[in-house]
Parts: sequence; C-alpha cells; structure tokens
Amino acid sequence: MTTPPDAVRVLAPTGMLGAGFPPETLTRGLALGADVIAVDSGSTDSGPYYLGSGTAKTAAAAVTRDLRLLLRAAATAGIPLIVGSCGTSGTDAGVDWVAGITREILAAEGLDLRVATIYSEQQAAALKEHLDRVHPLPPAGDLDAATLESCAHIVAMMGHEPIAEALAAGADVVLAGRATDTALAAAYPLMAGLPAGPAWHAAKIVECGGQCTTDPRAGGVLATIDASGFTIEPLDPVVACTPTSVAAHMLYETVDPFSMREPGGTIDVSGATYRALDDRRVRVEGSRFDPAGQYTVKLEGARITGFETMSFTAIRDPHILGQITTWAALLRRMIGEWVAGTLGLGPGDYALDIRLYGYDAVLGAIDPATGPPREVGVMLLVNAADQATATAIAKVANPLMLHLPTPDMTYLPSLAFATSPAETERGAAYEFVLNHVVDVDSPTALFRINVPEARDA
Amino acid sequence: MPEPTTVADLALEVRSKNAGPFWVTMEVFLRDTTGYAVVADPSFLNETVVARLYGVDADTVRMYRIAALNVVKISFPRPVPQGSPRDRDIHAGQHHVPLALLRLPGCRDRTFYPI
Repeated sequence: MTTPPDAVRVLAPTGMLGAGFPPETLTRGLALGADVIAVDSGSTDSGPYYLGSGTAKTAAAAVTRDLRLLLRAAATAGIPLIVGSCGTSGTDAGVDWVAGITREILAAEGLDLRVATIYSEQQAAALKEHLDRVHPLPPAGDLDAATLESCAHIVAMMGHEPIAEALAAGADVVLAGRATDTALAAAYPLMAGLPAGPAWHAAKIVECGGQCTTDPRAGGVLATIDASGFTIEPLDPVVACTPTSVAAHMLYETVDPFSMREPGGTIDVSGATYRALDDRRVRVEGSRFDPAGQYTVKLEGARITGFETMSFTAIRDPHILGQITTWAALLRRMIGEWVAGTLGLGPGDYALDIRLYGYDAVLGAIDPATGPPREVGVMLLVNAADQATATAIAKVANPLMLHLPTPDMTYLPSLAFATSPAETERGAAYEFVLNHVVDVDSPTALFRINVPEARDA
Repeated sequence: MPEPTTVADLALEVRSKNAGPFWVTMEVFLRDTTGYAVVADPSFLNETVVARLYGVDADTVRMYRIAALNVVKISFPRPVPQGSPRDRDIHAGQHHVPLALLRLPGCRDRTFYPI
C-alpha cells in the first residue's frame, strides 16, 4: 500500500467470537465492500478463572460455528480476518486452541489461507528483571517480584503493531493472543495510512459489534474510515445506528467516556461530533489520537487463591427468616468452633463466605432495601489451601446447614438443601493481581509473531 | 405516571458494569433534560453522595455529566477486585441499585420491603 486508499471498511461481525450472528449480516457486510474482518475473542469480564486456568469461556462448538462462517467469508472476498484475545484470556494455550479449530475448518472446507499466530504470554522470570520499567495503574500499587512469581499466567496486551506486522508478512488470518479490543479493528486502517483519530475511535465503537446500534442482538456493524472521520452502519438493514446509540457506546465498560489509553497513545473523543447521514448511518468526525511519549504495554495476571468447595441450603420458615442475620452469625461462629474441634484448623487456615441470597447477598452492607425476606438461599463458600481441606470444612458445616436453629428455638429445624451431595467442589479459584503497564522500546518486543511461509502456487 | 421519587423514576435506564477488573462504572440515562437537570445537579448528586452510597473514598470517585446524551456517568475503583473470593457480582451488573433507588430532593427516605 504505497498511497493510502480513500477509505477502509472494517467489518465487525459480533462482539465476541462464539456469541453468534445471523449469517446474512456477514454476507451483507461483504456486499458493502468490507476490506477486513475483525473480531474479539476474549475479555477479562467473566473473571480471573479463564486467565488463571488458561481455558476458554466459550464452547468449542460455538467458536467453530462462527469461525467457519468468517473463514469462508475471508476466503471468498480475499480479505484478511483478525481474531484477538484468543481463548478468552489470550494465553498461549488460548491461541493454540483457536489455531487448532482453524486448522480443522480449513482442512474440512478445503480453504487455503495463511494463518499467523501471535503469542502474548509473559514469563515472570523475564519481567522481574525489568521492574523499574513497570508502573501501576490506579488503584494498584508498585509491583514486586513475588507477585509476578505468584501468577499462574501473565499476558501482555498488544497494540495494533504485531497484528500489522503479521498482515504485512502475508498472513490471511491473524490469531492474536491478548490484544486491546480496539487494536483488532484499528490495525488495517492504520496500515493503510489512514489517520489515527478516526481509526482508533471507529475501532472503539465497533469492538462490541452491534452494541452501538438500536438492536445489539441483530449482528454486527461496518465502519468506513477515511481521511476526515468514519461512517458506521449496522449490517442488518432493519437496524439503525443513531448519533445517540453511537455516542453512548463510549460509555460502555469505560472509566472515562472521552479519553482511552492505548499502548501508543490516547484516544480523545471530547471534540467528536456524531451526525445522522440518514435514518441508519452515522458520521463521526473530530476524533483525535494523541501519541504518548512512552509506548506502554498493559499486563494482566491471575493467581490461585486456594481451592473452593460450595454448599447451598435454603430457608423458608418465617421464624428463622425473621432473625436471619442472627442465624447467619450463629452459623459462622458454630462452623468455626466445629472446624477447630474436628479438623484442628484456626480462622487463619481457611476462608469462609456465607451469602444470604434473597436477603443481602449481592450488595451486602450497601444494600438500600433489606427487609424480612420471604425465602433465603444460604451459600457457604469455603476456600482452603487444598481441595480436600475445603471439602472437609464444608462437610463439617453440613449438619449446621441442615439443622441450625435460632437461639430462641427449642427444637431442631431441618433446612432445604438444594442438592445431594450438598457440597460441590469448585477446584482452583483465582484472582486478578496485575494492573500495571511496562515501558517498551518496541511495540512488538513482548510478542512472538509466527507467519508460515507462503506455499508455492 | 406517579410522582417520581427516585433516580430510577427519572431514567430510561440505570446500569452498572465492570470497567476492567479493578473499576466499576455506572450510567444514568435520563428521560429528558428536566430529569438530567435534577440528577446532574452537583448539590444533589456528587462524589460525596456516591461515596456514602457505595462505601468508598470520595477522592476516588469520578463523575461525568454529559448533557448532549442526558447521561450522568460515575466510575470508582471496585472495593473488591472482580472475581476475588469475596466478590459477589462478577460483572458488577447489579451495583446500580443503590444509585437507582436514591431518593430525589424533597423525597423522604423510607424503609423498603421488597415483597
């Protein structure tokens, strides 16, 4: 691409690979002249388990269904397909998982596409040599080597440059590890020489597919980026983008709706204008991208907090429900005493969470509206250093979860266990521990880019 | 429609969600400019009020009043990081409720029995 094209059309088929989309919306996007397909495959939004365990949230069958349609479309139209944050968390195992599914589809469909993989997983041993280049993001504090070493997996979030490098090397399909949501859609317009302000702002607007339209369930969107701005339209002809639906998407899951940091700079939409071109297309102009003095890459890490066992019982008796907080405090105290007596464990050896669903489980102390409940589900969540201990504690608690009376009762009630056995082993539990960026000299330094050689025709 | 008594009564939608694992963000989409004027008024809703509703430090609360969209947006660090052992709302999708049920100026607090 020696001279920039007048415009690049980015097709965002869905907000999440595996979430599905009507096939005809993809066909329509190709008919509108899509130059590239970009789709996100991950998020931290479902919690630390997926990064910690290196497994995917989405079902393989759902990823296969979407990917088959997208690979066929890319091959038919002769345009690149970019998939980011493979396998939910973008671990190396996640990239390999999506790459395996891709290979199976290409073989089954007889498609000949060059598939690049980009790995973004990081080793604590390497990172801890550069702690002076790591900086916390609010509300985190400084990072120490022990925290890095405690992580089960660490990934770095790539910007658009590793993706652009893979495309420039001839990849038809790019399967990227952890990447910023925006980098996927921004990569191709930026490679084409289009201005950064519209490219990044458009990428932010399309990152959740149809979320910026009047009906987020109806498939994705097409963004046309040019020298002065971008135009966005839904792929479903009966759905609309309105100036409000597009502008409001900057609110979604962002701390600051006007300013978003990317590895290489900051998207500034405070001066952006949103104008209806007709009843379903919106024109956006005035977006800016301010390059940063220092290129920074965000790190994500998750570590094991312990092993969990859950037990669940339920209360319908109005007498107990009338004193539910007293009953729960008694339950907590009695479990502590029984666990100390039978297992010899003290409060520092394990963690207990007793949640009163139907009373205040979700909001706890900040709940504005607690009153006598009609029914309460009592969840006991035990976290211990190993699974057997967690389950032993839950089993010691079992008779109390079944028969604990309130202090004024002269008989033993029997409460409503939801399942037999009452206990469910949940395996390892994880927590996110990194909220830091690392200064790098090159945007591709932390990422391993593999582009297979072209086969002779 | 009965007289509005809470923020939710003036809104098309009040919602909350994670903004990454360490922040929560929420938006009030007001029905009209009249409702926006009430909720965007800093003498009614400000960082101190948000801090009291959510048990967080007022200095960490960020508010954005966006007249063009009739939206008031609030972000603050999650008291419990997403998915940690004591997190009970993995997506922070139910944390809009204290804000939604905030009584409007001149409307008395009441005890509330959700039955």
